[in-house]
Amino acid sequence: MTSGARSRESRLLIPRSVRRNWDLYLLIFPVVLYFVLLKYLPMYGIQLAFKDFSAVKGFWDSSWVGFKHFDRFFNNYQFWTLIRNTLGISFYQILVAFPLPIIFALLINEVQSQRFRKSVQSITFMPHFLSTVVLVGIVMAFLSPSTGLVNNIIVRLGGDPIYFMTEPSLFKSIYVFSDVWQNMGFASVLYVAVLAGVDKSLYEAAMIDGATKLQRLLHIAIPALIPTAIIMLIFQFGSIMDIGFEKIYLMQNDLNRSASSVISTYVYEIGLLGSQFSFSTAVGLFNSLINFILIIAVNQIAKRVSGTSLW
Amino acid sequence: MNHLGHKSAGDRIYDIVIYTILTLIMLGTLYPLIYIVSASLSNPWAIVKGELWLLPKDISLDAYRKVFQNPDIWTGYRNSILYLVVGTTINVVMTTMGAYALSRRDLVGRHVLVLLFTFTLLFNGGLIPTFLIYKNVLGLYNNLWVMVIPSAVSVWNLIVMRTYFQTSIPYELQEAAFIDGCSNIRTLTRIVLPLSMPIIAVMTMYYAVAHWNAYFMALIYLNDDWRMPLQMVIRNLLIQQDMGGLVGGQGESLVEQLLLTEGVKYAVIVVSSLPMLLLYPLVQKHFVKGVMMGAIKG
Repeated sequence: MTSGARSRESRLLIPRSVRRNWDLYLLIFPVVLYFVLLKYLPMYGIQLAFKDFSAVKGFWDSSWVGFKHFDRFFNNYQFWTLIRNTLGISFYQILVAFPLPIIFALLINEVQSQRFRKSVQSITFMPHFLSTVVLVGIVMAFLSPSTGLVNNIIVRLGGDPIYFMTEPSLFKSIYVFSDVWQNMGFASVLYVAVLAGVDKSLYEAAMIDGATKLQRLLHIAIPALIPTAIIMLIFQFGSIMDIGFEKIYLMQNDLNRSASSVISTYVYEIGLLGSQFSFSTAVGLFNSLINFILIIAVNQIAKRVSGTSLW
Repeated sequence: MNHLGHKSAGDRIYDIVIYTILTLIMLGTLYPLIYIVSASLSNPWAIVKGELWLLPKDISLDAYRKVFQNPDIWTGYRNSILYLVVGTTINVVMTTMGAYALSRRDLVGRHVLVLLFTFTLLFNGGLIPTFLIYKNVLGLYNNLWVMVIPSAVSVWNLIVMRTYFQTSIPYELQEAAFIDGCSNIRTLTRIVLPLSMPIIAVMTMYYAVAHWNAYFMALIYLNDDWRMPLQMVIRNLLIQQDMGGLVGGQGESLVEQLLLTEGVKYAVIVVSSLPMLLLYPLVQKHFVKGVMMGAIKG
């Protein structure tokens, strides 16, 4: 085949619109390459969950062992502790940190003074920009039994200092409420934006009908937020098992471990520190699958119940 | 009967309640931040004895002196700035390229691509497979590029930016450019980008903050102290309370060192957070817009 014939053939195979826009494909190419190499290629490694990884044999040639690692995990004495802690922190987080930004946004929406509104928003945004390391550093400094501000106040009021960071029963609360302090303002922006988009004539009509502010809140503002809130809730459920490694790992210490061991920190410990690659891959995969199923299930439920869904 | 503009007694109480709650929330957010700044500027004795409540007591710059004398902090700062600048540049360029291509309705297969990209939000390889592939196949272990390449594109930002291109840049403008013989890339750089500065500001801010605050990749993939970003350095100081190298030396007694540690903790927090807190007011109004654009899509 001559080169002329080949190029004529390729011209036939590739549609004219594609050839004309060749540089558009050049633009997207690095992005596709990124996803293939850095996101999809690692999925190839998931097979380790069903193999006994041997560094000598590599990914492909290590021998298959079926569900051995999953069995081991389900029968592990830590299994239920890990599940309980992971779900416990997640549900606590959803219960507290999900509704608060909505309520906060509704309050902001009631403020007429633009200046007051702006200052509330700018100030409550600020902690969002602190890093997780700094946030946990602040929490530890403030809760320190000997020199921390909180215990200082407790002692002044006649109480005994509380060892916050080493007390397992307080771990979840510290985790959730420090998150509320850091992120409530930022999380509310979305809802404030939605409320700002509500048709003003609805409010005017309600005022003419003599509705009180509280009635307007209940019958106009809250219904307007529901679709957005549902979407955010689906996202939250989708990451229930993914409860942030970064912050928990930093807050963790030997004394609070019974409350702070979650699946992600466990995978890190046995996988990276303990080099049990196959076993930890299985644990991680179990975690991802639950997440995946949860987000699909919650999405379906939301679709059924409210007509709002991600897809 | 209520008239517009006139408030009933109930409405007035309602207003008072709302303003009070919001003011309390503002103070609750602000107080810890002020306390940290004050503590970093105070004589540590005041902190230890619990005499510090709001404003600095016996102003002293010792804590900052100690922080800035520490070579690890400087190394961390330098590294973090490097990762931030290189990383954010890659982020913004890649996101713009991808988002523009995806915004074009004549890009064949764009729905498949978006699906392919968003799937990675729902499911991923997991920590260990990712680690092994990055290390053994891509050679990213203890490699500086691990700080910027794995986070090169955020799906979320890609979609937000695509939506911006589709909704805020009139397509007729681009068509006019094509008729004048502009290539796609030229249209992007000459027509689309000059109109996209708000979204680029938002993206820059999002990515920059993420880079500055990141510690996870460094924890997992980096080995050498001289490559560590600031977050890893301050993790050792704040969380693992490994302050010996920072407050020691120079003939202070153990008690003095312990005291200094108190002030240094707060100074470290201020020094490491200041750059992002200063950057934030500059792009604040864009920031809100960015979240809203995400909302359109969400």
